Amino acid sequence: MNNTEIVKRGLKKRYAREKRFRLYGRCAVLVGFIFLALLVVDITLKAMPAFGVTEIRLEIPLDRGSLDLPAEGAISEEMLSAVNYGGLIKKSLREAFPEVSSRKEKKLLYGLISSGAEFTLADRLRAEPSLVGSQPLEIWLKADDDVDTFFKLGSQTSRIDERQIEMIAALEQSERIRVAFNTTFFTASDSREPEQAGIRGAIVGSFWTLLVTLLVSLPVGVAAAIYLEEFAPQNRLTDFIEININNLAAVPSIVFGLLGLAVFINFFGMPRSAPLVGGLVLSLMTLPTIIIASRAALKSVPPSIKEAALGIGASNMQVVFHHTLPLAMPGILTGSIIGMAQALGETAPLLMIGMVAFIVDVPGGIFDSATVLPVQIYLWSDSPERAFTALTAATILVLLAFLAVMNAIAIYLRKRFERRW
Amino acid sequence: MQTSTLFIVILVLTLLAYYAGLKRARQRRDIETLQALPSHYGYMTAMLSAIPAALLLLGWSMFEPSYLDRQIVQHLPASVLEQSEDRVKLVVNNVHLLLAGGGTGEDTELRPAAEAYLEARRESRMLVTVLIVLLGLSGVVFALSRYLTRQHARRRVEAVVRLILMGCSAVAIFTTIGIVLSVLFEALRFFESVSIIDFVFGTSWSPQTAIRADQVGSSGSFGAVPLFVGTVLISLIAMLIAVPVGLMTAIYLSEYATTRFRSIAKPLLEVLAGIPTVVYGFFAALTVAPFIRSLGESVGLDVASESALAAGIVMGVMIIPFVSSLSDDVISAVPQAMRDGSLALGATRSETIKQVIIPAALPGIVGGVLLAASRAIGETMIVVMAAGLAARLTVNPLEAVTTVTVQIVTLLTGDQEFDSPKTLAAFALGLMLFVSTLLLNVIALHIVRRYREQYE
Repeated sequence: MNNTEIVKRGLKKRYAREKRFRLYGRCAVLVGFIFLALLVVDITLKAMPAFGVTEIRLEIPLDRGSLDLPAEGAISEEMLSAVNYGGLIKKSLREAFPEVSSRKEKKLLYGLISSGAEFTLADRLRAEPSLVGSQPLEIWLKADDDVDTFFKLGSQTSRIDERQIEMIAALEQSERIRVAFNTTFFTASDSREPEQAGIRGAIVGSFWTLLVTLLVSLPVGVAAAIYLEEFAPQNRLTDFIEININNLAAVPSIVFGLLGLAVFINFFGMPRSAPLVGGLVLSLMTLPTIIIASRAALKSVPPSIKEAALGIGASNMQVVFHHTLPLAMPGILTGSIIGMAQALGETAPLLMIGMVAFIVDVPGGIFDSATVLPVQIYLWSDSPERAFTALTAATILVLLAFLAVMNAIAIYLRKRFERRW
Repeated sequence: MQTSTLFIVILVLTLLAYYAGLKRARQRRDIETLQALPSHYGYMTAMLSAIPAALLLLGWSMFEPSYLDRQIVQHLPASVLEQSEDRVKLVVNNVHLLLAGGGTGEDTELRPAAEAYLEARRESRMLVTVLIVLLGLSGVVFALSRYLTRQHARRRVEAVVRLILMGCSAVAIFTTIGIVLSVLFEALRFFESVSIIDFVFGTSWSPQTAIRADQVGSSGSFGAVPLFVGTVLISLIAMLIAVPVGLMTAIYLSEYATTRFRSIAKPLLEVLAGIPTVVYGFFAALTVAPFIRSLGESVGLDVASESALAAGIVMGVMIIPFVSSLSDDVISAVPQAMRDGSLALGATRSETIKQVIIPAALPGIVGGVLLAASRAIGETMIVVMAAGLAARLTVNPLEAVTTVTVQIVTLLTGDQEFDSPKTLAAFALGLMLFVSTLLLNVIALHIVRRYREQYE
């Protein structure tokens, strides 16, 4: 038996092995795709209920008698504030279900409507005082979150009573209950009640935090990159700086949180939970990303341009600021946007510096207590109410949408301004 | 004046100084004898105005609060000062509340301190305003003096700019020093109350310290071994997923896939790396963990709802693109000649990959895997949301374990006294985390760099 025969005998096995190996490779790529698809589909499905909100139509009597207002004369703002709106809603509910009489049943009936409904009603009246005294007002008011979950998902949750289900069925028959688009989710801030909770506070908090991050890390990062790429002498100090930058890029984010807590809050006494501290911590985190991207962009500017400028008498500094930096700017901006996207999704260091507080107000500046989108996700994912799961998933979708937009801008910038020399 | 007003004052004075310097240089009749462009003279006077004033403002806004607090302490009644330090801090806070208009009425003895505070604040603000205006005017004054146009303004300006650039690049050093000092300092304070041997080798972790000394279990125990084991267990599961899948993905994409498939698949997989970890945490806790639990129940296994397996699998998926892109780089760096040589000898592609390319790329791949491992160890949100809280010393992936990062978060969120061993323990854990990831990174970078030299 010669060598050729030996080789030929083994060939079939070897080709089979080759095919198998290739299949493993395909499977590996597929695993990544499948997981990505699962993640996106799962979260989208979980988020869907949060974009709708169940509302119940009530007829609220608005004659002066039932509002407890004087029969004659002008109506002031104060008088409107003093009206017992909760009482009005309850009365209207009782009228809608005249058969309800026992205390326990009444309590169940009142539980159909969200506790925030009276504020909706009050706001409506304050905006339109002319409604007073006219026809009874037909208004869609938000249902309680348990009713909401039941009505949208149809599942039997333990928190909803048999009697309430009957009431909902009755409402449905008379077309007095509907699912509307949930605008509250975008206009309100955090709340203990899922149907009144929204992400406006978190979005504004993220905006302030990112603003601080950008204002600190972009100038410092670009300046550092310019120094290292254009001016730094080859010595130990420069080496040390480069080693530090590389290591900082790999330090776990939570350690930056510890730094922020120990240095910014305990040593410098900056306010806890404030976007200022969050932004500073995140800028230290994104600094390596920006420095590395900026250096690559500066390096890609061809030396001929610098030499031409030097040749007609520009100083080194003038070469950098008049020629190299403007030409490298698209690359620097692309890197910075990607760094900002990382900062937008970062959670762990912000937990350390106290941005996990329950904050109802929309932050008005970088010194106010605030929370950010990813932390809001973390906070809500902990809540036991089922409705919060949907809110969490919806917030994730919003966060992912922001990230997608930022990355798309970065890709567009790169495509639009990328120059091959 | 407020800090923001002072900032605007500095800005205005700087602009003024710039125009004064510019004008002055342009007005020279023998303008061609100037050593620099007129704008450089403007920059020089502007810098002279802005930099000292801005530094003063920065220093003042950093140290003013503690200076004013000291004024309060000095004017507190002696009965308060005799009490413990924490108590004094509390009283100082009460004074601040009083100043903010939230006084309770029974704090008349704090009034003198509050008034001293207001007085000191007025004085310090007055002083700093005067100083800033004077410093800010220095540039304008210099612009008006005869010395201005005798300077080589460009060189001066460029030297200062260069210093600023250098300072910015030194921020990286300061950050590292800040991290080391902050975790080291607090960790050392922790080791004053808990011995380092107990911490590193102790097997019982229950940081609950009681409020009263006589309560049961008041001391708390800080043996970190269960945390280390939990961290390693979850990271190991993650690596078991990420390394084979990531490596095979890299091999397939760089050796088999068409350019078109590669140009679609690579960015799609990189999306996995761009998804925030809190999203993975949510997915692990609400989808993967219940799924594994019900799967286990269907075959009769008792799976904890916060099993290490769920957190590990999701973390593994998160790291896949990390491993695959690092391996992709090193595999592509293997010279084409080696592939061609192997193929010419009659080896199939898979044999070439297994026997030539992988061994050649191995150091780089190992480096990448180490980097991925350090990322797994330091990952926080997935484990905070999907792993357990109670420290249990086990290597069973179906049970709930806790990790170093989870404990740091639980110890530091919530309103605790900062000086208790409980919060200081978080810094000791942070030190362990920082040191171990740093070691992994240094080794990985070292391996990658040495490998690169071989082929370039």
